[in-house]
Amino acid sequence: MPEVKTSEFESASASAMQNPQLRRALDRVGSGFDVARRNAIDEVSVEAWEEWREEARQIKIHTLDHLDYYLELLHDKVTAAGGQVHFAKDSAEANAIVSHLAQSRGVRVATKSKSMVSEELDLNHVLESIGVDVYETDLGEYIIQLAGEAPSHLVAPALHKSKEDVAELFRDKLGLPYDEDIERMAASARVALRDKFMEADLGISGANFVVAETGTLVIVTNEGNGRLCTSAPRMHIGITGMEKVIPSMQDLAIFLRLLPRSATGQRISSYVSMITGPRREDDEDGPEEFHLVLVDNGRSKMLRDPKLREALYCIRCGACLNICPVYARVGGHAYGWVYPGPIGAVVSPMLTGLKESKMLPQASSLCGACREACPVKINIPRMLLELRHRTAESEDPQEQAVSLSEQFMAGTFARVMSGKGWMSAAAKVGRVAQKLLPGMPKEQGWIRRAPLPLLSKWTKARDLPMLPDKSFRDVWRDELRRGDGSGRNGGGS
Amino acid sequence: MASNTPVKADLFVTCIIDQLFPEVGVSVVRVLRWHGVEVGFPEGQTCCGQAVYNSGHRREARRLAVKTLDEFRDSDYVVVPSGSCSAMMKVFYLDLFEDEPEMLRRAEELSGKVYEFSEFLVKVLGVEDPGVSFPGTAAFHTGCHLLREMEIREEPRRLLDSVEGLEVRELQNAETCCGFGGSFSVKLPHISEGMLADKVSSVRESGADTLVSCDMSCLMHIGGALRRQTPEVQIRHIAQVLDGELSEL
Repeated sequence: MPEVKTSEFESASASAMQNPQLRRALDRVGSGFDVARRNAIDEVSVEAWEEWREEARQIKIHTLDHLDYYLELLHDKVTAAGGQVHFAKDSAEANAIVSHLAQSRGVRVATKSKSMVSEELDLNHVLESIGVDVYETDLGEYIIQLAGEAPSHLVAPALHKSKEDVAELFRDKLGLPYDEDIERMAASARVALRDKFMEADLGISGANFVVAETGTLVIVTNEGNGRLCTSAPRMHIGITGMEKVIPSMQDLAIFLRLLPRSATGQRISSYVSMITGPRREDDEDGPEEFHLVLVDNGRSKMLRDPKLREALYCIRCGACLNICPVYARVGGHAYGWVYPGPIGAVVSPMLTGLKESKMLPQASSLCGACREACPVKINIPRMLLELRHRTAESEDPQEQAVSLSEQFMAGTFARVMSGKGWMSAAAKVGRVAQKLLPGMPKEQGWIRRAPLPLLSKWTKARDLPMLPDKSFRDVWRDELRRGDGSGRNGGGS
Repeated sequence: MASNTPVKADLFVTCIIDQLFPEVGVSVVRVLRWHGVEVGFPEGQTCCGQAVYNSGHRREARRLAVKTLDEFRDSDYVVVPSGSCSAMMKVFYLDLFEDEPEMLRRAEELSGKVYEFSEFLVKVLGVEDPGVSFPGTAAFHTGCHLLREMEIREEPRRLLDSVEGLEVRELQNAETCCGFGGSFSVKLPHISEGMLADKVSSVRESGADTLVSCDMSCLMHIGGALRRQTPEVQIRHIAQVLDGELSEL
């Protein structure tokens, strides 16, 4: 598993916000994707879109309710097609399976198509440690592999890199002359990778879906690299989370409508590859071996958790990232682990430990834009609330993470607000205090600077309203209750 | 409007309006009365509990929710001049009590009676033309809970569009959060400030002289920053616009 840095969210997000180039990239790509998504929805009509979302959600609910059945069916069908299925309970087991396959087949070079689960396993480093040269072949993944970085977006992994960054990287790592032209840089990467495709003994891919009834691995890409990875080398290993199984080809049809539109606004991606087993006798080419590694790595725990299991419905389209006003400012790396953005704020704490990742569920104003954008209607805000609840009140010491001072403040707030007359009494104290406390410049009923805990954080960027002499309830009691002022300008209706 | 049997509604004024913006509560009462509502104000009410619920402190939230359920047990309608607090009472109480059948039944009963202020005017009272004038230009800021939990989009806009003399301008990225988010604004203040700065820019770019919303929490947040950067822009709760008489903020 790659290093977990979720506990550094506050400082990492603060320094990310100081990076003007990141902001420009996030503005351009993120909101660009979101505009494209909205246009794609308008094209099919909101009504149709809503029907598809609901249908897809129901398929996910059904599949995860019967996951054991569908995994067994998938296993049987992959085996019948001549492939092998491996179940890995955690990242160590998954890495051991892939390493063993690579070593026993004498693999020296591997090419990879994009896979978030392999990031979860830190597979590249594991394979490199046993002497396998691994080449990412998705252009974005290739760029960040050269830079030694992690993806910062689910579908646009190098989103945080400018074209100048990439030109420098290609100059330093590939020995190419500095050239900012994007098409020429892509062409250079294509040339560099073409040799690797031909050399590779092993092709590794992720899976966007795996279809149980046929044993088919489905990958959705725009670059064609996935097809080369899965057909040129003599062995293909597909690695994916066990939640990616769907029952049938008919179900796949609905997801193939939702995924590209949600991710990039495309009606369909340039390539949709469906792979069932290794090459058959009468096939002219294709890998001799096909392995499917289905990774648990914390997913069973999510499945058993009724309040959080819907996070497993995610199809990794990135729509929630593209619409999230928090992600739009801090970018993907600040989240500190493989999965960024709103869905990452749910998934990372579940897979890495809530205590360590306690700030991620706080990284949201609970605005709900993510739920609105999600093609399978995952209620992300509700799960963030659930995780906040666990950090505040769980009896499990592995989850409880909120400070004593916050507990005290919440308790005091509830006592003051529920005790008879206590709120008014507290407001009285506040009215006196706001006049007497030193160092609080005021203007027209607002406080400019409040040198107090929490409130000082507020007044750093905004004025704070002062408590007026009379509360609404005072006015009600003194004037309104009797029906005075009933209607505008004293008039009645 | 049927005048023989007046509609009776109890006001849940929200603790923010009660303690910080009482003049908004006054406008709410005046507008409701103008439209023939018999307004009640159960005086034991305080906070709906959202402040603690959103930070995960459900034990504390439960305490305040039980109190609110008690206070509004006998109401015909509960009118809430906030998308956010109305969402707490209409939507989140159901989550809060999901494992307590008896309390859940009471929460469901309340949920059916809760209306956000502009929603109540349009859906229950059938107000089409508020019959007021408010000369000037306004931009409307929709709170996220109003939009996505209460699913209220059209009602406040329809009301504002019918106000005489008022030109309503659209904000850029109107449906993007202002960055308040309750505890979010002080737990991750740098991110909240970033979101706020964008909202303030879009208000300024709209050229409106007044920023109107159904939520004083958003207006406190955006308004607190506008005062520093664009003090000529006023903040007004929609009830103050519909009141037709400007109360000083």
